[in-house]
Amino acid sequence: METETKKKPKLKMAVYWGAACGGCCVSVLDVHEKLFAVTELADLVFWPIALDVKYKDVEAMPKGYIDVTLFNGAVRNSENQYMAMLLREKSKLLVAYGSCAHMGGIPGLANFFNREEIFSRVYETTESTINPEYVRPQMEVEVPEGKLDIPYFFDDVKPLDKVVCVDYYVPGCPPQTERLVEVFMAIATGSKLPSRKTVLGAWEKTQCDECIRKKSDNKKIKKFYRPFETQDDGETCFLEQGIICMGPATRGGCGYRCIKGNAPCKGCYGPPPDAPDPGAKMISAIGTMIDSDDPEEITEIVDQVVDPAGTFYRFSLPGSIIRRKIL
Amino acid sequence: MEFQPTIISFLCNWCSYTGADLAGTSRMKYAPNIRIVRVMCSGRVDPTFVLKSFREGADGVLICGCHPGDCHYHEGNYKCLRRFELLQKYIRQMGIHPDRLRLEWISASEGKQFAELVDNMTEQIQKLGPFPVKQIIEYA
Repeated sequence: METETKKKPKLKMAVYWGAACGGCCVSVLDVHEKLFAVTELADLVFWPIALDVKYKDVEAMPKGYIDVTLFNGAVRNSENQYMAMLLREKSKLLVAYGSCAHMGGIPGLANFFNREEIFSRVYETTESTINPEYVRPQMEVEVPEGKLDIPYFFDDVKPLDKVVCVDYYVPGCPPQTERLVEVFMAIATGSKLPSRKTVLGAWEKTQCDECIRKKSDNKKIKKFYRPFETQDDGETCFLEQGIICMGPATRGGCGYRCIKGNAPCKGCYGPPPDAPDPGAKMISAIGTMIDSDDPEEITEIVDQVVDPAGTFYRFSLPGSIIRRKIL
Repeated sequence: MEFQPTIISFLCNWCSYTGADLAGTSRMKYAPNIRIVRVMCSGRVDPTFVLKSFREGADGVLICGCHPGDCHYHEGNYKCLRRFELLQKYIRQMGIHPDRLRLEWISASEGKQFAELVDNMTEQIQKLGPFPVKQIIEYA
């Protein structure tokens, strides 16, 4: 960003959601009374969850009108894609905000299926569906008032950077509000930002680095437990207790909130900078910990990892190397 | 023409690469579909390497290490075996046929076994057909 002077016009800020749950927008609201500090420095020009600004108003904005856009949510359908492109054009800085925009997030797990499989499940085979005529949503419909249309549903869920060029990433599900305030203040006060395409609001080191649970140097796992199958002692490293914790393959910065709440890390902050694929790193880490040299016993222990793809890529499937199931 | 698969293989420096070298110096004939990457130990094979090979268009990936108990670094091949088991489970979930990824033990004296293994794996992958890499690269 260009250097800023003291009497500078207020920043224009937008927050938009793609395929998201709304949690990221709420995390913006979680700044609580700091919201006053934010609105002092910035005008919110577009924020569907809180403001009644229409798409046509955004379309009418000149190019580069918005200073910062926080785009949360993945790209699931043609509407998300259109808005991503539109906001890219209208914004000086486009930030992929939250896990979904960063690497696909929870909606990204739909990449285990395609459009047809999802539709047939949702509109035909779910236990609560009664749809004897197999009615499917139509893209367009004529009503007396005119033509109505709905967006096209893609086969794939894409992270934001597969659709448009992204300036920065702020990971998390949702991002820790303190981190957001730090990032926002850095942008608003014009302090020097790191080079483009980097992850902001998270450390370069892993969760394990800041986790305070008791860890030994040599982790040995004889049996894997799912969290409900065992009693956590509240102080020893989850992995040493045989519970899969994504800590070794996840960036720190969230303040290890899940672990403090006695739940293992799920990996929402995404992989650290030198590991492109969180699952591969996790397979590598867990492989080292399995305490057996006997092929049969190893197979038995590995079988206890019930759903490796879903566990290791819970928040990152579309952003990983093998980004979807091959059908 | 018959489909010619590309197989990326990671061979450990101490046993398998020497084994493959023996196959070569003994002038054994085997399928030319293999692309060898020498690593110091099968324990050095990061799962990222395997996934990246598939992503870049390999039709199969072969990892070879020393026989259990023979590892130059004591337990590298066991680590490889454990990672391999997890990877197999993962790639199956991702719809990749498990035969596309193999782990075999080849010692420095097993040139013949190596040649047979390559022939066998090439044939196996010819039956499976090309790896549909376009599906994971192109977005629908």
